[in-house]
Amino acid sequence: MAVKKLGLKQRYAHMTRGLDWETTYQPMDKVFPYDKFEGIKIKDWSAWEDPFRLTMDAYWKFQAEKERKLYAVLDAFAQSNGQTKISDGRYVNALKLFLTGVSPLEYQAHRGFAWAGRHLRGVGPRVASQMQSLDELRHFQTQAHTISQYNKYFDGIAEFRHMHDRVWYLSVPKSFFDDARSAGPFEYMIAVGFSFEYVLTNLLFVPFMSGAAYNGDMSTVTFGFSAQSDESRHMTLGIEVIKFLLEQHPDNLPIVQKWVDKWFWRGHKVLGLVGMMMDYMLPKKVMSWREAWDIYFVEAGGSLFQDLARYGLRPPKYSDVATAEADHVSHQIWATFYQYCHAAAFHTWIPDREHMDWLSEKYPTTFDKYYRPRWEMWAEMEKQGKRFYNMALPQLCQTCQVPMLYTEPGNPETICFRHSKFKGDTYHFCSDGCKDVFDGEPEKYVQAWLPVHQIYQGACGGPTVPDVLAYYRMNVGADNMDYVGSPDEKLWMSWQAGAVKAAE
Amino acid sequence: MALQALSPDYEKHIEYRDAEKNFHGNRVVYVHWEEHLSYCAPLAFPLPPDMPFGAFVEAIIKGHYNAHPDFEKIDWDRVEWMIDGLKTKPDLGKSLADNGVGHKSLVRFWTPGLSGYKNSAS
Repeated sequence: MAVKKLGLKQRYAHMTRGLDWETTYQPMDKVFPYDKFEGIKIKDWSAWEDPFRLTMDAYWKFQAEKERKLYAVLDAFAQSNGQTKISDGRYVNALKLFLTGVSPLEYQAHRGFAWAGRHLRGVGPRVASQMQSLDELRHFQTQAHTISQYNKYFDGIAEFRHMHDRVWYLSVPKSFFDDARSAGPFEYMIAVGFSFEYVLTNLLFVPFMSGAAYNGDMSTVTFGFSAQSDESRHMTLGIEVIKFLLEQHPDNLPIVQKWVDKWFWRGHKVLGLVGMMMDYMLPKKVMSWREAWDIYFVEAGGSLFQDLARYGLRPPKYSDVATAEADHVSHQIWATFYQYCHAAAFHTWIPDREHMDWLSEKYPTTFDKYYRPRWEMWAEMEKQGKRFYNMALPQLCQTCQVPMLYTEPGNPETICFRHSKFKGDTYHFCSDGCKDVFDGEPEKYVQAWLPVHQIYQGACGGPTVPDVLAYYRMNVGADNMDYVGSPDEKLWMSWQAGAVKAAE
Repeated sequence: MALQALSPDYEKHIEYRDAEKNFHGNRVVYVHWEEHLSYCAPLAFPLPPDMPFGAFVEAIIKGHYNAHPDFEKIDWDRVEWMIDGLKTKPDLGKSLADNGVGHKSLVRFWTPGLSGYKNSAS
């Protein structure tokens, strides 16, 4: 008897649907305790459409094939000493930032999607969350493996996992995910699935992966390509989840809108680090942060929100403020790391004349007026042997945890100060967006672990800078300080000298 | 807005992480020199509330802003002060607390005639 072969759609339905049951020993609300308290109303879970129809066995085969190829490239990169062929030793600092700041977020996303998958009672989102959870775990692993080749030669990489949970500036990306993972499963899906993976992901991955391509880092580029098919699946999940929630019940709209506003703003603050990387850390530039923001947020985000307008959803609150900030943030943030480089796990430098001219061209209304003088002043101080270090700790924003470095909208000469009172105490914010997030849930954000306050409470190894750096496991004199004079620079120069010698 | 949480007694378990009692007798005080953004953000210090304002100026403010080329040119008698949004003339002999500096207060100051390197607010 001939066995009838199932079509893809049928096969997918058999493998993913109708596998669970209405529980009788325990009420369903006890089995799924988290999917109602946020106020989201779902009438029909089966309305969830999964455009990818990927089953676990297919997923497994497909991913294994991709990773075989990735690891072949990584091997070739190691055997040919690819690390000696990058554009400049400075480039590796972008990888350090990525590995300490972004890769642990992949792991957080893995945990978050595993949890959301467990706690959403519909099978469609559960299957999709499970796949994405595995993707994120693979991304964390493959990123760590890709960058491990650099760890053999460069400083500031080895303790990335330890640092992520402790170092002051890494609390910015860390608190973003802690915030999302301590929310309910629907908010998590909007925060990470939609706002991050759909609206903002191109502003994270394109800069890093094209940065790698432009700077001769073929291993990281290959990782980027390998992750691309996963990322498009993640984007599809993100758009599916928001449409599903908005179609299920009109009462969901104000809740979803509030989350979209919040997570756009939270994401925007994290992305300031990427802006700095693009404008200041890449020896060979891809495009400016301003240009990337215009392409990937203003244009792409604009048409996305036009499409979502039929559900009543409007573009995120303060997106106009964020767009205006794109002319400033990268300069303000690199200047911050320059003055706190003694406490950072990557190297900094003053942009040279050619680099500054590029910045003037890309930022015609802001760079020469506000930021070039800052670099020229510091260059002068360096020449006089008075390299500027800021030896006091900065005030941090209670919500995004970035130092209070953002300036007033429309006035780049004045810091933007906002505050709220809650139960008699004062809380400070860098922006209206961060103040709104706090005011929406003060009970949550009064519990924020702000690195500066923790140091003053005695929770970070001791009262002195060396105590705190030891608590960070920072290899002082190697991981931190300026690129010029670092062991990284010395090594790079010796490779360059070797290459010249070999060519002679 | 009503608190939205799974556990009905969530509020009982809130850890007010930066309560004054956690700072071993100190208060966190923020200070910012206006129009000098080469100091990228306001600075934070844990200080005893009975520290005289004059000592705060001498040890803390002067001790940390002296790297700036404008620093030498400051006429300290003409400095304009703002504590938590109110323009004020602090009494240097009185304590921080008596001058109205509380836990997590923000002290901003302007130095008339000085607005950063080449007037760039840097």
